[in-house]
Amino acid sequence: MYLPGTDEHRIVITGVGLTAPNGNSLSEFRVSVLAGESGVVAYETRYIKEPVLAGVCDCDVLKYQKRKDVRRGTRAGSIAVYCANEAVADSGMDWQSVSKDRVGVYLGITEHGNVETENEIYEIKQFDYDTSVWSHHHNPRTVANNPAGEVTLNMRVTGPHMTIGAACAAGNAGFIQGMQMLRLNDVDLSLAGGVSESIHTFGIFAAFASQNALAKHEDPTKACRPFDTDRNGIVVAEGGAICTLERLPDARARGARIHGEIVGYAMNSDATDFVLPNSNRQAECIRLALGRAGIGPEDIDIISTHATATEQGDIEESIALRDVFGDCPNVAVNNTKSFIGHAMGAAGALELLGNIPSFDDGIAHATINLDNVDPRCEMPQIVANQPRQLKNVRYILNNSFGMLGINSVLIVKKYEES
Amino acid sequence: MTQDEIRKVVLDILENITPDEDLSSLDDAVAFRDQMELDSMDFLDIVMELRKQYRIQIPEEDYENLISMASTVAYLTPSLKDVECPL
Repeated sequence: MYLPGTDEHRIVITGVGLTAPNGNSLSEFRVSVLAGESGVVAYETRYIKEPVLAGVCDCDVLKYQKRKDVRRGTRAGSIAVYCANEAVADSGMDWQSVSKDRVGVYLGITEHGNVETENEIYEIKQFDYDTSVWSHHHNPRTVANNPAGEVTLNMRVTGPHMTIGAACAAGNAGFIQGMQMLRLNDVDLSLAGGVSESIHTFGIFAAFASQNALAKHEDPTKACRPFDTDRNGIVVAEGGAICTLERLPDARARGARIHGEIVGYAMNSDATDFVLPNSNRQAECIRLALGRAGIGPEDIDIISTHATATEQGDIEESIALRDVFGDCPNVAVNNTKSFIGHAMGAAGALELLGNIPSFDDGIAHATINLDNVDPRCEMPQIVANQPRQLKNVRYILNNSFGMLGINSVLIVKKYEES
Repeated sequence: MTQDEIRKVVLDILENITPDEDLSSLDDAVAFRDQMELDSMDFLDIVMELRKQYRIQIPEEDYENLISMASTVAYLTPSLKDVECPL
């Protein structure tokens, strides 16, 4: 185990692979969020009569998989394989020479298996519920480790792999797991992040609709409206974002380009409600991450909010942010879901990474569709509708919260030689 | 179905299961596994598709009959000879 204060304890992001509804690489994604381009479209889903609204990805999964592998696996698996390979390519490392038994795959998921289970039930219904036509592929597709396991099969990784079930806090949780395993010296390289295939299950749309929490709008691009008075719910999205994480000395030794350094993290639990968030616990989680980073609220330059455009969720996060950052007028508060919807297990990872280029260009992307700020969500620091040029971006704080009261916060610092 | 039609049905299933394979030169006398990437889960896909499409229940002890195209067609002929070809 590497102790705090050593360079080996410092974990850096050296490669990024992602697919979002508005971009299939970090550069495409960044261009889209700076240009205000949404990835939300009308989307047909089984059983629900009217098209729903969703963030849909169009990455070329056949870039890294055979058609047979796509058929045999899951959508989450294909997204994970695409993102992991893209991350390694972006890292510039010589993959052939990497010791595969020292690579770990750690992917956050909100849920997994619903898609395949729904598909099988739909299929056996055509056979009057004859269970003898239930697919033998069901179990390997629905085991909770599937997306991470598909990465190991595709890339011949023989080190550990797991998914981290953490509702919508999962993206950050994947990074945290990857970081901790590097600090423990269990692995030398972590492929970490989050993935989601949730738009391929009707159940998630139907459940949010029953909860009166599914967004509607005649213009899909305006449907996701965090902090806006007219917000009316969540836009579900698919997506994935995976990073190569390395210990700083390893990254330096191979001359890697360093996107940022993870300097703070925290996870905690509300212990108050199945679905309603708790601003007190969120504020505690943020302060815990700041403490671990050894910085104060005034040091944060950009806050990437979790806000999903639900009534209470946005209010609670606003209360937490005003509590911690009320005296920080210069921090830029933004939101990525307004562009792409809620990518569930991938959300936290995508939302962090869409902000990472700010270390280079000094721009905070906006929160779009914010026409009338809900007074209960009032924060003067919100970057509304147009990007904001900042003087210098050194710290980004990424919120990611989920059902059952799970909170995660990650703080990434611009890499500086010291 | 004639034996040629049964062959087309099996070939159609194989093309679906192994979409990356070129089956145009498939040798009916040679085992499937010796001329394409076909593992046990793929093999079960053949059994499953025959079950779904033609309600044929193939017991595990008969799986050895599905080793090649020729043996598969021969095995299926009694079950499918009175079935209309869907293709």
